[in-house]
Amino acid sequence: MLKRTNYLSHSYDKPDGHTLAAYEQAGGYRSARKVLSTLSREQVVDEVKKAHIRGRGGAGFDCGMKWSFMPKESKKPHYLVVNADEGEPGTFKDRTIMERNPHALIEGCIIGCYGVGAHAAYIYVRDELHLSKARLWAAIEEARAKGYLGKNPFGKNYEVEVYVHTGAGAYICGEETALLNSLEGRRGEPRLKPPFPAQVGAFGCPTTVNNVETIAIVPSIFQVGGDEFSKLSALHEWNDGGVRLFGVSGHVKKPGIYECAVGLTLRELIYDLGGGIIDDRPLLGVIPGGSSCPVHLPDEIVDVPNDPRFAPYNGKSVLDLPMGVDTLRGVGGMLGTCCAIVMSDAADPVLALHNLMRFYRHESCGQCTPCREGCGWIERILDKVIEGRGSIEELNELHEIASNITGNTICAFGDGAAQPALSFVRKYRKQLEDYILRGGQSQTRTLEA
Amino acid sequence: MAFALSAEHEKELERILSRYPNKMAACIPVLHLCQDANEHWVSDEVIAFVAERLGLSTAHVAGVVTFYHLFNREKPGKHQVWVCRTLSCALRGSESILRHCEKRLGVHVGGTTPDGKVTLRTSECLASCGSAPMMQVDKTYHENLTIEEVDRVLDDLLKDS
Repeated sequence: MLKRTNYLSHSYDKPDGHTLAAYEQAGGYRSARKVLSTLSREQVVDEVKKAHIRGRGGAGFDCGMKWSFMPKESKKPHYLVVNADEGEPGTFKDRTIMERNPHALIEGCIIGCYGVGAHAAYIYVRDELHLSKARLWAAIEEARAKGYLGKNPFGKNYEVEVYVHTGAGAYICGEETALLNSLEGRRGEPRLKPPFPAQVGAFGCPTTVNNVETIAIVPSIFQVGGDEFSKLSALHEWNDGGVRLFGVSGHVKKPGIYECAVGLTLRELIYDLGGGIIDDRPLLGVIPGGSSCPVHLPDEIVDVPNDPRFAPYNGKSVLDLPMGVDTLRGVGGMLGTCCAIVMSDAADPVLALHNLMRFYRHESCGQCTPCREGCGWIERILDKVIEGRGSIEELNELHEIASNITGNTICAFGDGAAQPALSFVRKYRKQLEDYILRGGQSQTRTLEA
Repeated sequence: MAFALSAEHEKELERILSRYPNKMAACIPVLHLCQDANEHWVSDEVIAFVAERLGLSTAHVAGVVTFYHLFNREKPGKHQVWVCRTLSCALRGSESILRHCEKRLGVHVGGTTPDGKVTLRTSECLASCGSAPMMQVDKTYHENLTIEEVDRVLDDLLKDS
């Protein structure tokens, strides 16, 4: 269901869209004012729960539910931490918010702090995003000058401060506990859970970690009302509400970020918003939401007989399934960050897999043996396959290594690295075997369209 | 020679410290501040300085420095160029962009031009997939690259004295 919206992207085409003046002209900061002047902390959490915002960073956890895990009474300070370490290959949506609508994130932080009982929010921005950091700092200064941040935001005796913190180039810091270690000035190695951040997070205190887009959409919930906001989505009944930013990159004519109601299909994303495939070539495959999600082929058919909710979609192409956290999970996929990577038949899937596994080998933090050794091992097998020295046995071995990473590491990076390996080997087995049988020769041997 | 910050940078250091409940949390931002003030690299002297100012062991600071890719343990060129080569960029021609940069600069990936002006690097995903191919030059993104655009950017860097 293609329904374009502009809750977050209304400012994207305006040259001054990132300024306070433009944001307020579009109704900005009314939600934070309303929340702080009229609602209790519990009412805020309830309203966010009603909106059914599934975490936009990839895991898809319900935002209101996460906020409700924060202790009601606590002697320790609470923190809100915003994960702006955007670096999942294929994902480039949070950057558009920080660069072109930073005040939505600051307003979301004010409401979020109030909702989780925090007085300080840290926005953890990867260091490379220099424009994002500058825009956020400028927005913070503007908001502070107006009295929206500080000791008495909107006249309420509830201090809120927002800070930008920088990383230094490590994909793993997008993992929430690695991010907390990095925020504390340590190496960005993930922590064992439990304890979860809501009990022991930043600086040993109760902490909520949310994605940029999750927090930035919060003011819109209070503009529209939680229930109404959820119902904008075609998957409201699946508790997957609201609107979100859809990205599309790779072999499409119009790559970019498009804001739509939740429930868009992959076909609409690729062919309507993305303008179709370059040179109108056939689709080879699509990774729906960042490289850690399994790849889908165009001829994959939805077949989930045990779940009545899938009845309207069974027998249809997976490209016609509304993109939601639970819909894609039901077909063995993952929605992730909702930013799709599209490959036409000009792309060689073996080289694509090699590219991704190089990424995971490079970014593994090295803490857990299965991930540290496994990612490198998989890359070396693919090196051999591409050079014509691979064997069918090693292809099976690759599958086994990836299976053995899954579930055997402290954090989800291991699973994220194994997913592309497993899904590519299952779905492009023939192309991989062709490489081996032809001694490294393939018909395409390129990634570019 | 011991490392020290200018008075202006010292003020910035104090501002950074004021944002956190303890000094350790300032480690990464302060390392950035020092690296920028030390020709883009973190020497042993910088590590000793940061450790002393933040009340940390040098082992802790060295551990942090070696964990993160963006801290240089050797002095790079005056300008640093990162060409993103992860999947979305690779699908749109980043390999050709990278080969062209190598040819134009006369260095391999990881190398610095003999005049010390430009260090060429690759990078993993820089969150610019919708405007691929792209490269980062110092603190600026150059997106939707063509070979002509790359030439223009590199020429400017090489001319800069």
